Amino acid sequence: MAETAREPILEVRHLVKHFPLTRGVLFKRQVGAVKAVDDISFELFRGETLGIVGESGCGKSTVAKLLMNLEQPTSGEILYKGEDITKLSGRALKAVRRNIQMVFQDPYTSLNPRMTVGDIIGEPFEIHPEAAPKGDRRAKVRELLDVVGLNPEYINRYPHQFSGGQRQRIGIARGLALNPEIIICDEPVSALDVSVQAQVINLMERLQDEFELSYLFIAHDLSIVRHISDRVGVMYLGRMAEIGTDREIYEHPTHPYTQALLSAVPVPDPEARDRRERIILHGDVPSPANPPSGCRFRTRCWKAEQRCADETPLLAVPEVLRDAEGPVRHPSACHFAEERTVVPA
Amino acid sequence: MSDRTERPTADEPNATTGTTGPVETTSSGAVRIDKSAEAPADRDTPLLEVRDLQVEFRTREGVARAVNGVNYSVNAGETLAVLGESGSGKSVTAQAIMGILDTPPGHIAGGEIRFRGEDLLTLSEDKRRAIRGDRIAMIFQDALSSLNPVLSVGYQLGEMFRVHRGASRREARERAVDLMERVRIPAARERVNDYPHQFSGGMRQRIMIAMALALEPDLIIADEPTTALDVTVQAQVMELLAELQREFHMGLILITHDLGVVADVADRIAVMYAGRIVETAPVKELYAAPAHPYTKGLLESIPRLDHKGKELYAIQGLPPSLTALPSGCSFHPRCPLSTERSTTERPPLHPVLDASEAPVAGRGSACHYWKETLHG
Ligand SMILES: Nc1ncnc2c1ncn2[C@@H]1O[C@H](COP(=O)(O)OP(=O)(O)OP(=O)(O)O)[C@@H](O)[C@H]1O
Ligand code: SF4
Ligand code: SF4
Ligand SMILES: [Mg+2]
Repeated sequence: MAETAREPILEVRHLVKHFPLTRGVLFKRQVGAVKAVDDISFELFRGETLGIVGESGCGKSTVAKLLMNLEQPTSGEILYKGEDITKLSGRALKAVRRNIQMVFQDPYTSLNPRMTVGDIIGEPFEIHPEAAPKGDRRAKVRELLDVVGLNPEYINRYPHQFSGGQRQRIGIARGLALNPEIIICDEPVSALDVSVQAQVINLMERLQDEFELSYLFIAHDLSIVRHISDRVGVMYLGRMAEIGTDREIYEHPTHPYTQALLSAVPVPDPEARDRRERIILHGDVPSPANPPSGCRFRTRCWKAEQRCADETPLLAVPEVLRDAEGPVRHPSACHFAEERTVVPA
Repeated sequence: MSDRTERPTADEPNATTGTTGPVETTSSGAVRIDKSAEAPADRDTPLLEVRDLQVEFRTREGVARAVNGVNYSVNAGETLAVLGESGSGKSVTAQAIMGILDTPPGHIAGGEIRFRGEDLLTLSEDKRRAIRGDRIAMIFQDALSSLNPVLSVGYQLGEMFRVHRGASRREARERAVDLMERVRIPAARERVNDYPHQFSGGMRQRIMIAMALALEPDLIIADEPTTALDVTVQAQVMELLAELQREFHMGLILITHDLGVVADVADRIAVMYAGRIVETAPVKELYAAPAHPYTKGLLESIPRLDHKGKELYAIQGLPPSLTALPSGCSFHPRCPLSTERSTTERPPLHPVLDASEAPVAGRGSACHYWKETLHG
């Protein structure tokens, strides 16, 4: 899919976001920081879907907000077609933002209940009037409704008159209004019923082909991410643990966290029950305000050694696998990376 | 090494009764005799049986028929999964069993809820309360809102023993510590006086499980017990629940919308749609060959490897409004097999027959065309 242009449309370099933890009401002093995103780098190519998976609190949504400019990074760069958007302001920033849009998780609260569907979908035109001349806007909104499979006659209805799946379509229509190149999707289907999720996923795939969109698809459902993604990144406690093509990650994971995560996903096949290898992790994810030294995963990792506490593993093709060939050779932030197949075929 | 990769093998459902056999192997490998084998009279009576349950809610749009003739049963030592989408009536059924329905606006409009053969709906208030408070326990999706935020976890656990068992304060506290250890809360003795918000989500859910287990009930109803948890924590909690269930030989009703969780832990499954059970079967048989178009659609819409890059199968349309249920079969507006008959005649839960026309134990489908669905 992304073979034609290997020039990344978005490049994230050493992105860091620390939220200060303060004490005191009158005289606030900083007593620490929540290291929500702590040195993350990745690329997104044109027309591709990069899936990001990880458990709650691992920093997935913070990455989305940073890319959307809803949060300022503590450090690091976000390059859009080679230009660092964290340094932009005013008109230049506005021009870039037109091209990066977002679809949110919760179709119940992300739409203003007092606005009609037409106003909601057309709202981006108020901020970017150059995108559609005033007279054309209603027609444009009708067209968008049609594109996402909703009846254009619904233009004057209110959000509460729609089901969850329909509201998510409204959110997608709004995301498409400005003809963006990139759409950041933060858990776009997780609030929807199983029978409706498939409808929305199909819609998103169709729109991607039609408009050559790039998706950053954040979700915790590993099977949906696998279905839609060309590449997948696995996050743990503010860092990227492993990244690669869907096949590299799902069939040839080399990072212990990825292996545990994949093995924990319930497989909808009762016959696989007895054949499955289950890695049950102990304990909970540590607090991002006080993450472990060295490898972030070491407090729950069964392979941890002294080196893991002393030395932070970098996200790169692991030394031990440098001479390997095929899909096991991909970036994995582990000193002792090795292949282990955990999902029954 | 801290990973435990073994998984106790699930017992084969007993072909004739659809329940697990009387002899089973515990997780430690020791053979244990099923309690119900000692009391043969109990064997034919399910632990819990819901018969033709009807629950209605008065709403501004009219009467919502949230539960519309539900039938299911669960035996001791068995896990029954109740699967359905949001609003299908899974939780309302559970609330009716537990006697915690919101009344008004809700009320039970008909049916029976039999516990060891006795109908909870007609039993005297005292007896009913004794069973519900003592023999049946419930675990909710959201532990934080079901635990009292201003009381310590130890107090809340201990309260079960003080109120129901007349334990002294000291005893109650000791039992609370024991329970916390049972559900593997690290440093239980030091943490017994902590408040719910001081525990992580996974630990709170384990505390809820401890609370449900406190009086060693015969039946646990778990309503989406892991939906709010991360997958690696969900795996811990489900494993714990399954292990304790085996150990205490409890019946477990697991309410979920996750086909993966069902495949992982349940013996039997009841699929709900628009307030009714549309299909029920031993888990392996249902996944291998569903006999209802709705179940079939759900299974087909799961993303699978060989579907990559292709459209996912999607059930068309939306679940119906409960105040205006479609005529005949409630699924007909979304069903690819729907016929004229489907729109006029409501299908009962037909027994599903095998190739030699003999009924398959524990299998039923509420579809006129279950045969075509099963074989098509
Ligand atoms: N207190 C109430 N007042 C009015 N209607 C209610 C009330 N409680 C539940 N209902 C309605 O009953 C129907 C069934 O709800 P129920 O909670 O059993 O669904 P569920 O299958 O558990 O769904 P979910 O997966 O969302 O938990 C819904 O339409 C719901 O809106
Ligand atoms: S670096 Fe060490 S602790 Fe981290 S994942 Fe690898 S083995 Fe485990
Ligand atoms: S009865 Fe008709 S509409 Fe209902 S599930 Fe069967 S075929 Fe479909
Ligand atoms: Mg519910």
